[in-house]
Amino acid sequence: MHETPNGARSEPSRPIPIRDQSLDTFPKLAIDNARRTPDKVAIREKDYGIWQSYTWRRYAEEARLIALGLAALGFARGDKVAIVGDNRPQLYWAMLAVQALGGVPVPLYQDSIEKEMQYIVDHAEARFAVVEDQEQVDKLLHVKAECPRLEHVIYEEPRGMRHYSDPCLLSLEALQELGRKFAVEHPSHFGDEVAQGSGDDIAIICYTSGTTGRPKGAMLSHRNIIETAKSAIRREHLAESDEVVAYLPMAWIGDHMFSFAQSIVAGFTTNCPESAATALSDLREIGPTYFFAPPRIWENILTAVMVRIDDGSAFRRRSVRFFLDVARRVERRRLGAQPIPLGDRLLYQVGRMLVYGPLRDNLGMRRIRVAYTAGEAIGPELFEFYRSLGINVKQLYGMTESSALVCIQEDGDVRLDTVGTPLGGVELRIGPTGEVLYRSPGVFQGYYKNPEATRETVEDSWVHSGDAGVIDTSGHLRIIDRARDVGRLADGTLFAPKYLENKLKFSPYVKEAVCVGHERPFVAALLNIDLGSVGSWAERRNIAYTSYTDLAQKPEVYALVRQEVARVNESLRADAALSGAQVRRFLLLHKELDADDQEITRTRKVRRGFVAEKYAALIEALYSDRDSVKVEAQVTYEDGRTATVRADLKIADAEASGVVAAR
Amino acid sequence: MSGNGRPGPLLAVESVRVTFGAVQALTDVSLEIRRGEIVAIIGPNGAGKTTLLNVISGFYHPSSGRILYEGRDRTRLGPADVAALGIARTFQNVALFKGLSVLDNVMTGRLPKMKGNILLDALYWGPAMKQELAHRAFVERIIDFLEIEAIRKTPAGRLPYGLQKRVELARALAAEPTLLLLDEPMAGMNVEEKEDMCRFILDVHDEFGTTIALIEHDMSVVMDISDRVVALDYGRKIADGTPAEVRNDQAVLDAYLGVAH
Repeated sequence: MHETPNGARSEPSRPIPIRDQSLDTFPKLAIDNARRTPDKVAIREKDYGIWQSYTWRRYAEEARLIALGLAALGFARGDKVAIVGDNRPQLYWAMLAVQALGGVPVPLYQDSIEKEMQYIVDHAEARFAVVEDQEQVDKLLHVKAECPRLEHVIYEEPRGMRHYSDPCLLSLEALQELGRKFAVEHPSHFGDEVAQGSGDDIAIICYTSGTTGRPKGAMLSHRNIIETAKSAIRREHLAESDEVVAYLPMAWIGDHMFSFAQSIVAGFTTNCPESAATALSDLREIGPTYFFAPPRIWENILTAVMVRIDDGSAFRRRSVRFFLDVARRVERRRLGAQPIPLGDRLLYQVGRMLVYGPLRDNLGMRRIRVAYTAGEAIGPELFEFYRSLGINVKQLYGMTESSALVCIQEDGDVRLDTVGTPLGGVELRIGPTGEVLYRSPGVFQGYYKNPEATRETVEDSWVHSGDAGVIDTSGHLRIIDRARDVGRLADGTLFAPKYLENKLKFSPYVKEAVCVGHERPFVAALLNIDLGSVGSWAERRNIAYTSYTDLAQKPEVYALVRQEVARVNESLRADAALSGAQVRRFLLLHKELDADDQEITRTRKVRRGFVAEKYAALIEALYSDRDSVKVEAQVTYEDGRTATVRADLKIADAEASGVVAAR
Repeated sequence: MSGNGRPGPLLAVESVRVTFGAVQALTDVSLEIRRGEIVAIIGPNGAGKTTLLNVISGFYHPSSGRILYEGRDRTRLGPADVAALGIARTFQNVALFKGLSVLDNVMTGRLPKMKGNILLDALYWGPAMKQELAHRAFVERIIDFLEIEAIRKTPAGRLPYGLQKRVELARALAAEPTLLLLDEPMAGMNVEEKEDMCRFILDVHDEFGTTIALIEHDMSVVMDISDRVVALDYGRKIADGTPAEVRNDQAVLDAYLGVAH
């Protein structure tokens, strides 16, 4: 059995916080925390270079003042409040405050462009917005005219706001001051409002970014989220002593579950980094015990580490590589439940002292007890890498509509190709088309103002996940791809694009990949190079470049990526079902796929249909005899301006391996 | 902080003349910088802009003329004394300590405010520690203000140029200046970096009430952020007025477009 580094297995009976069933809303739970453990740190924020701590007493008190301030502005039960900004304690308090008054917080992605913001604020009929800073205020003021219901915009950070005179603006401090005055006249207001809340009230509306079409607002009740949080807390033995880092967008249900819901239910500490740019170094300072990252972040961290290792001396480089190989061999056997040879076992112990431990410490992952990856399938090599270092990374499966969680891998039963077993209370089955269906206490209450979409998604209380999967004999769920993305080549060979893309993306030099091949003679790929790692690779070889586009089109870079593609093809050879779907031709894109250009979602999932349409000319060229193609593209900046980029892209053949090569 | 009731300009340069050998770098230049305003100093290359800044900050001393700061003559003061008076500056060619971290660089800006005691400082004990912590807290506010948290521990020499300029500004602000002199704060920056810098300059002005004099070549920047523009050419002041006035001034147009002298 796999032993987790920090003894998760050795203390399976940590106290599980047993919460009174009458505490059926988050405000009730948080107030209870403030009563039971008033001096326990609830949330920290790195500000002015120092970690500032706020206890549960403070958490509840700040939320109370915000709530009373909102009440003074005429807040009514059921009002929606847009929440926009980086992860900040004040914004989490605002969410709690809104819930306390029977309102519904609607978190938005902080990097949304105005048009996206306008759509959601208008669709959600938000009367209030609580935002982080001037940047968000500017966006909201620009779209306010098209959001007739928006009355008040409250900002947390006053910098740069001095000359704003719009009467709808109010600082959070001023709001809390209003709250203080309001409390004098209405001393029982807050308590009364909280008491009125029930588990069936809507706790949050999360707009899903959606790889297709307009965002949809999934309504989740307090009961949905609390029940789901409790199931996961039980499975992972989460306790007050845990530490989590809140660095993923607040608008994403995962952050809401880990940094808000579970933190309040289990009473553990949420840590907000100083800024998005410092998140990884702040991670190291905190050393969380509980950590979530989507595959792209695991990838980024690995790429950064590999670049640093490559910059080291030859001796260091070789010894690190050697021990990482040992670790990988050992982990592969562990995952396959095979015996580990004595030699490797000894080497692993040496490596633990010399390489794995220091590396884990360097990554800020020394104390991690439970870590997750989800959102997208993780590349097997990537997954093995972290586990082989002794970091307990597990896969989970879930979505906004299920309050973030459906399946989690259990400690000691972690596998490469599954996403684990259903959480307590979750029923799972596979539909006739191979689609994964589930039913659970966490299933959402429907899409806000969109009964059609709700009907399409939920049938007899079973939710259609949109993912193709299988349940294996031991009850593990295995996801293959998006149900609609799995395709076949012209000759009938099975083609699972995401599977290939993940393999390609494991290369430190490839940042993003889009594979096409459905009803085509072979698989072709559009690739994004990783500017950081390819840039440093080029620097070491004295290859001069001026821009991303220029670097991507260097013949040396093509040769480099060609090797990486060949390596992926080589690894496919062993897989009987997929060996026919090797990448035969590829090109390196002139720009990174970007959410502002709608090529990927805000959670960085490729929007396949959109990319196929936008780059149709490139894809046609890949299937022709040409060895280059001209491209002209519109790019959208964050402020909504657009510009045109022109480039001449080379097309390269890739080396196929095994069967296909013979063709 | 800005309009603290004292009459008269914050700084007055009166008929200042600077010569280097036979070269007349500044000829009878007079100008006033009033409390709380942003003044831009413009002019073609070699017009004497940086020389003027150097005279104000005490690097050069004028061969004739006077400089009054808060109404008092301080023509003969050296750079350290000028800094102690509350005048801070940044340099055209970034002048940071390249091997020191950003934090340490900004901390050096606090030096005029620190009271030294070699023994206590060396031991980092008692009042020395207290003082250091207070200064660090102030510096952190500036780091937060200029959004350079992510590079706090990075050696300044490793930063891209645009960020180095911002760190210089941070160091100047650390001295809590009443008058801030910026020598081409936006040189060599791309449009986005310039926009950021403009925002920071305006924020500094708003938030701390700092009076700012800056040299800048980018006319759109000058027109956008300054209250008043002073134009120099061949060491003489050729215009002084609102941005709109100066933009349409014939002497300025001639200086920039080139007219036979």
